[in-house]
Amino acid sequence: MTLKEAEEAVVDEFSIYDEWLDKYEYLIELGKNLKDYPESAKTDDRLIKGCQSRVWLDYSVQDGKIVFNADSDAIITKGIISLLIGIYSGRTAAEIASSDFSVVEKIGLKENLSPTRANGLVSMIDRIRQVAKENK
Amino acid sequence: MRNMFSKFAGFSDNNMASVNDIRTMFPALERKVYGKNLVYLDNAATGQRLSSVIDAWNESTLSRNSNLHRAVHLLASEATQDYESTRDAVRDYLNAEFREEIIFTSGTTASINLVAFSFGEAFVKEGSEIIVSEAEHHSNIVPWQMLCQRKGAILRVIPVDDDGYLKLDELAAMLNDRTAIVCVTHISNVLGIINPVSEIVRLCHSYGVPVLIDGAQGAVHCRVDVRDIDCDFYAFSGHKIYAATGTGILYGKKRWLEAMPPYMGGGEMVGNVKFTGTTYAPLPMKFEAGTQNFSSAVTLKPAIEFLKLLNDNKLTQYHDEIRDFVLDSLLKDERIRLYGVPRGTNKDKIALFSFSVDGVHHEDIALILDKMGIATRSGQMCAEPVMDRFGVTGMLRASFAPYNTMQEAEYFIKCLDRAINMLK
Repeated sequence: MTLKEAEEAVVDEFSIYDEWLDKYEYLIELGKNLKDYPESAKTDDRLIKGCQSRVWLDYSVQDGKIVFNADSDAIITKGIISLLIGIYSGRTAAEIASSDFSVVEKIGLKENLSPTRANGLVSMIDRIRQVAKENK
Repeated sequence: MRNMFSKFAGFSDNNMASVNDIRTMFPALERKVYGKNLVYLDNAATGQRLSSVIDAWNESTLSRNSNLHRAVHLLASEATQDYESTRDAVRDYLNAEFREEIIFTSGTTASINLVAFSFGEAFVKEGSEIIVSEAEHHSNIVPWQMLCQRKGAILRVIPVDDDGYLKLDELAAMLNDRTAIVCVTHISNVLGIINPVSEIVRLCHSYGVPVLIDGAQGAVHCRVDVRDIDCDFYAFSGHKIYAATGTGILYGKKRWLEAMPPYMGGGEMVGNVKFTGTTYAPLPMKFEAGTQNFSSAVTLKPAIEFLKLLNDNKLTQYHDEIRDFVLDSLLKDERIRLYGVPRGTNKDKIALFSFSVDGVHHEDIALILDKMGIATRSGQMCAEPVMDRFGVTGMLRASFAPYNTMQEAEYFIKCLDRAINMLK
């Protein structure tokens, strides 16, 4: 699946739910399914600034592809980062750099989260972009 | 409807009529969020605005928008009259002795900063001690820390016990001849426990120590009589008592205010200005530098009228029943840890509930409640030391106003349960 297809798949998946509570249920499930994140990687340099809850994002480069892992102490935030990882993990830096990240607007995440949370979302995206830039 | 409430003793249809009357005074309560009725439970941060407040602001803006105290034209004269009569209304409401003891500010934070600076300049020196409590919000901590840094003074802290009550015996042990001032909250914005401010003032005065009361929550929930409390300073905000934002009051005893230097310079706070030196205006203008927020300040008058109405109304009883119901529901729920638990009588507590849920992040609950139409607060609530005291990174807070109904309280408890089940 190309990155564009992965983005479209998430938009499709989200469009199934009319109610925001159902969307939250979906994000909570995604959060719960995120793979274990080691306690030792919960360091300040991996912490994303700008979120009300704490979010850690870690990555490694495998065969030229960036593999992300993340954790949060809040489950909806964890669901959101999980959703982003689902799209952007395992891609090359060039692929990530080519995305406009409009997927978060398309699924209405940006305007439906509180400003502090929206800021957190922006920070998460910035961090993913930065990682891609650093690993060109 | 009636059956739903019959379990609450003393509740009658009459009370219902009055809460509905109150609701009609707050146009914002009619709005829908995500297609649902708004249930506004973030009142401890900002109260919704009275229509009489909105009218007063409009009236002031439309017909007498003009700088105070300076010009001779009619608009200026009317604006000044309106502003100064608001000062009289505040004096009367607080039962202050003199009108010049009432200083308009932009809010509680500005009021406290004024005292921290001006009182500090006059009365705090190296080695002085300033006492605050562990239950304070940042606005009653940081200005004093800044003062301590400027002067080389020492900040001391009255601890709170596990139920959220101040340990007053520790205050008694802390007071000494180096104590410059004691600054405590009337009601903590996190714990919602009404502190015995008169008792605190008596104790401090017996050591000759003045007391500042942070009334950000106290002015909302208590009938404040500054002469009865006998505090030296009392600070509160307009936006929490249903007036416009950017308004606030500092009450200060005249003898202190007269002995304190001005905080900010400029505007009409002067007597004569020469490059060789400036003299200052008498109270209260000495502390009201620059163009005042007169369009908003005058909204304190209708807000105070509303507070008086509440005091004379059976609504208080209805509001207490809501408090008791929510308190019981939260205490009974084993998943919930409530901070600020009244001992003996519920009368020590206002209808403000901060809590955490084991294994669930406060922000997740707030997000889900929001989508159910319920506005709550999550996070540190501008009181990080209180979070540290209870060993949490944040809490969820539901704070009720007199316009909240028992249906809303029940809906909140039901939705909270659903949110926790979603997240567990």
